[in-house]
Amino acid sequence: MTNHDPAFNPNITSVPVREARLGSVVAYEGTAADLARRSRDGSLRERPRTFTEAGSCASSCAICLLSLIPDAAVVNHAPLGCAGDFTQFNAVNRFGRVKRGLPPANAHLLSTNLRENEAVFGGLARLEETVREAHARFAPKAIFITASCTSAITGEDSDSVAEKLEREFGIPIATVACEGFRSRLWTTGFDAAYHAILRKIVKPPRERHPEKINVVTFWGEDVFDDLFTPLGLKANPIVPFAPIDEIARISEAGATVQICSTLGTYLAAGLEERYGVPEVKAPPPYGLSGMDAWMRALGRTVGRQAEVEKVVARERERTAGELAGLRRELKGVRAYVAAGSVHGHSIRAVLGELGIEVVGSSFWHHDPVFDHRDAAADSLLHVVHNYGDTPVSICNKQVYQVVNQLRRLRPDVFIVRHPGMAVWGGKLGIPTFLVEDEHFGLGYRGLLRYGRKIADAVSNPAFFRHLARHTRLPYTDWWFAQRSSAFLGEER
Amino acid sequence: MNAIGQPRQFCALGGQQTVAAIERALPIIHAGPGCSNKIFGALAHCNGFQGSGYAGGNAIPSTNATETEVVFGGEQRLREVIDGALQVMDGDLFVVLTGCTADLVGDDVPAVVAEYRRRGAPILHVSTGGFKGYANWGHEQVVLAIIDQLLEPAPRQERLVNVWSVLPYQDPFWAGNLQALGDLLRSIGLTPNLLFGHASGGIAAWRKIPAAALNLVVSPWPGLDVAQRLEDRFGTPWLHQPVLPIGAVETSAFLRAVGTFAHIDVEPVVEREEARFYHYLDRSADFFLEMRWDLPSRFSCVADSFYSIGASRFLANELGLLPGPQFVTDNPPEEHQATLRALFETLPGKPAVHFTQDSGQIADVLRAAADADHHPLILGSSWDRDLARELDGFHLSVSLPANNRLVLDRAYAGYAGGLRLMEDIYTGILAKY
Ligand code: SF4
Repeated sequence: MTNHDPAFNPNITSVPVREARLGSVVAYEGTAADLARRSRDGSLRERPRTFTEAGSCASSCAICLLSLIPDAAVVNHAPLGCAGDFTQFNAVNRFGRVKRGLPPANAHLLSTNLRENEAVFGGLARLEETVREAHARFAPKAIFITASCTSAITGEDSDSVAEKLEREFGIPIATVACEGFRSRLWTTGFDAAYHAILRKIVKPPRERHPEKINVVTFWGEDVFDDLFTPLGLKANPIVPFAPIDEIARISEAGATVQICSTLGTYLAAGLEERYGVPEVKAPPPYGLSGMDAWMRALGRTVGRQAEVEKVVARERERTAGELAGLRRELKGVRAYVAAGSVHGHSIRAVLGELGIEVVGSSFWHHDPVFDHRDAAADSLLHVVHNYGDTPVSICNKQVYQVVNQLRRLRPDVFIVRHPGMAVWGGKLGIPTFLVEDEHFGLGYRGLLRYGRKIADAVSNPAFFRHLARHTRLPYTDWWFAQRSSAFLGEER
Repeated sequence: MNAIGQPRQFCALGGQQTVAAIERALPIIHAGPGCSNKIFGALAHCNGFQGSGYAGGNAIPSTNATETEVVFGGEQRLREVIDGALQVMDGDLFVVLTGCTADLVGDDVPAVVAEYRRRGAPILHVSTGGFKGYANWGHEQVVLAIIDQLLEPAPRQERLVNVWSVLPYQDPFWAGNLQALGDLLRSIGLTPNLLFGHASGGIAAWRKIPAAALNLVVSPWPGLDVAQRLEDRFGTPWLHQPVLPIGAVETSAFLRAVGTFAHIDVEPVVEREEARFYHYLDRSADFFLEMRWDLPSRFSCVADSFYSIGASRFLANELGLLPGPQFVTDNPPEEHQATLRALFETLPGKPAVHFTQDSGQIADVLRAAADADHHPLILGSSWDRDLARELDGFHLSVSLPANNRLVLDRAYAGYAGGLRLMEDIYTGILAKY
């Protein structure tokens, strides 16, 4: 995978899906070291999963990211069920705004509400009507039209509507190819959203702001000022809560850093390729080793090595005492981690740093490479090198597989990051927690926060004990006698 | 205007939550990869934080259609998932629900499901492609599918009453409301067959449906088709009570209607329950009289048919509040809209009624009706908080989506339900200061 095409092609409207672009998979059973090796030598192949539970789709990821842009509007070109996560994303939006000191407000979301008539006779008129309504109702600076299975199957030319109204309204209107069936990887939806942003929103740089660092984030707390100010840098969290005019100018930044390459791979690579904004290629900033490497890579990229060393030394010293205490306290704790790909590796790193034994792990999918192809950012390789090998299951958040493993491994704590998964550990009586804020465990302080959280979680299992005693799992005894990979076919 | 901002009904695949509400019944979704989760999020998680339960949420088997199934058809994938579900999942009934992809591609799902039924598997199918209808329609399709594909005639049981009322999950308070209706029926000597929720009996209870002496539709209109279908198939008579009874006035009227139909003297029960209800009203009358100066002067329901009618009648006819504009957000079919209008027309001041779930239209009407000297009370969904604040009003989420409340077994139906609604409305008002 050395000679590869540029990640970002502005002339196509649909982003290539992750399975084609990166060779990403949603099924694997083995170990972290093996998975990392096969990701690097190109031998990783998908295994078909015959029995499947509900997944997620690309449209959710795209709508979520785009609806957090405060002065944009999102038109979901779909039947009303695809708008099922509007409520959730609106909650994310309100919550995130408050966290960033903005007043709570409802997100600018509209559904075209496709019905039988449009499914049969076409929905372009409905789309035009809805985009007009979005323009009138929200006076947005940009409009994103997110596709759905229905709009994609009927195969109409949404771009024609976008182009026509773009001229009429004088604002960018971008289609987003995030229909669920296109990709097994729901994270393709992030790429689809960024593709639209790169195509339609980001402008060529008029000036350069080397001190401005794009931080590709979700909705987590803004924890970067503390780290960046001593380096003379200014964090620019994108794209949630960044206004359109600001996003237009991310091409002027000195560098782009990632918190989680699963999220930002496509945007960061596109910015580097097209506008020469260097992407800091490093493992994610979790655990001491990850944080050090991330800070140093940033320092190298922007020429602030000496300042970085000072921050690293200072932070390491500040945290050493409490960290040693936490390691003593958590000694002997056995954990199982289940999370999205790179963020899962990040949590695994945090656990490794705290001296917690990781008895198993489930990551929802795996990207063998990122769009830049650079091994320096290989988060899985990084945790294998620093914390050793661990059993790994790439499970597309299949509850039946995770429960099968948890029931066998009986960890002391189950650490999850994805809504709807935690409850299954809880039902088994395993102390379980979910930290929604992806910045919670970030960096030196985050490591301590996370450690304390785990210590708390294992210290009072009352809730889990009661739950386990009074619940019944929906799986057969037959299933619990099988290997968790029983429904995975041969590699193809 | 067809576009919808801030949806309050979602799509027919919502029927998956109807299946999840039947004890030990499991949905199998034949749809795109995100559909099931989005529906769970919309109708369960973001609606009172109703959770996964026994086998919902991420545990729901789903074919997660990819390009291959869209281009070449998804029947084989469906077989794989059914095969797995029958081995892995511990359930008494499996219901295959189709989403947009399967229904657009035209997979022959009835034929696939028939293969399994021939082998004795307890499995049904229902077509719920999202473009075909809203969630309440999807609910009804599931119920009709079970009736058509599972039920056999059974000997009549004299006191047995099937209850068709609030829709599971779609009403954030469904579990409590059904229990409350069940308690009311038990209090007058009937045996309710609640069909959904805790201790409702699962598939065995559904098999008893044809044995019932009465199908009781406590609903403005959802469920009427079900009652009609059951009359056609099993000759069961049915009684329609369009108002979800909240508080003493409506609950007593409800009990009397059922009593008349079933030849039961309900007066002793009515007397006892009214005495209890009005005891608390009487005890707190100071509050209602002394705080009137700042209580809402006009209320608007922005809710599904059940609550827009049920709550507005309670607030107007029991508490003596005055109705402002009313909104019905669950898209009643044309043929039922006149009946609904008639129910609003008997309220004091004959409020205007709007049938829409779009927040833009709702906000336009409420802004136009605003009066600087008054505080409106909005009984709506969590979407309406900002508008209530903008209009310097009060707000309580009672209808889909209610993601600013945790709901366990709270009920607004019945005598006690009326007391709960008062507590919630006025506690919310007091918390504002
Ligand atoms: S999988 Fe397709 S139909 Fe289902 S929610 Fe996603 S876009 Fe909509």
